[in-house]
Amino acid sequence: MAGATMAHGDPHHLGGMDEAGAAHSGPAPKRIVTGYGFWIFILSDMIMFAAFFATYAVLLGQTAGGPGGRELFDLRNVAIETGFLLASSFTCGLATIAADMRRTLWFQVAMAVTCVLGLAFLTIEFREFASLVARGAGPTRSAFLSAFFTLVGCHGLHVSAGILWLLTMMAQVFAKGFRADIQRRILCFALFWHALDIIWVAVFTVVYLLGSAT
Amino acid sequence: MTNGYQEAGHSGDLAPGDEHQEGEGFAQRVLGYLVGLALAILLTATSFFIAGTDLVWQPSIPVALVVLAIAQMGVHLVFFLHITTGSDNTNNVLALAFGVLIVVLLTAGSLWIMANLNHNMMPMDQLMQMQR
Repeated sequence: MAGATMAHGDPHHLGGMDEAGAAHSGPAPKRIVTGYGFWIFILSDMIMFAAFFATYAVLLGQTAGGPGGRELFDLRNVAIETGFLLASSFTCGLATIAADMRRTLWFQVAMAVTCVLGLAFLTIEFREFASLVARGAGPTRSAFLSAFFTLVGCHGLHVSAGILWLLTMMAQVFAKGFRADIQRRILCFALFWHALDIIWVAVFTVVYLLGSAT
Repeated sequence: MTNGYQEAGHSGDLAPGDEHQEGEGFAQRVLGYLVGLALAILLTATSFFIAGTDLVWQPSIPVALVVLAIAQMGVHLVFFLHITTGSDNTNNVLALAFGVLIVVLLTAGSLWIMANLNHNMMPMDQLMQMQR
């Protein structure tokens, strides 16, 4: 179907293969490019977490005579933490919908609830860390505890950064409204927040549930 | 719906995190998140229940926990991040697949190598004896 002139501009006939209408009107819209770039960042972040998970799994038994997961972890606390983070993921989704619909009030309410739930999660995590250190099970006690504090603390740092980003987005929507660039930032923030919840699923399974089983 | 990215519908691609918007109203989108939340709560509750129960064969518990966690990650990806198998999501899925490949290589490879090393290494007290 392609003549000599067409073949010159499209040597592999890619335009002819694509029935979906992508043939071809220049670069993708900025929202897709931005979202995709941020998706790549999230995936590389997950690879970093995978390294910490591998470290934790390798060092799980290396307690140096100190306490192991079974003595240290309070699963009831972890269940409450999980509930808070899961609920915050849900309200973050509601905020995304409100942003798409340009409903400022609903957006701000949903983001505020997300923030409160995230802070509740962080409070419980911080108190758990403080009680572990107070019981002499700080990160210097054993290789197992070093790996534990690195992995869970890294996730906690991500949540803290996410809350700062969340507050920034609330302020930007308040000051600038739902401009296209603000909408892109909200998209990226929602990706980040949901990705943190995915990592937490791995944390409560590998660190707490499997860690206290052995 | 008049979104700032409605023109995106013509390019054949979808940004990660964006939903198909064809005729989907407010109620359907909230319903999607509610379904995801319900499934996630169900899987989480099952995980925590299985970890503490005596009702199932004990050696199966770690495997069950891993399977439940992978299922829940899938639920989060589909219902919260809207990563689907649709043709407009191909780029996002391919990037995810590559990420999963690296994660599996990294974690499984580390565990395998370290278990092998532990297996082949002389017990630590004998090693200490030799160094004297």
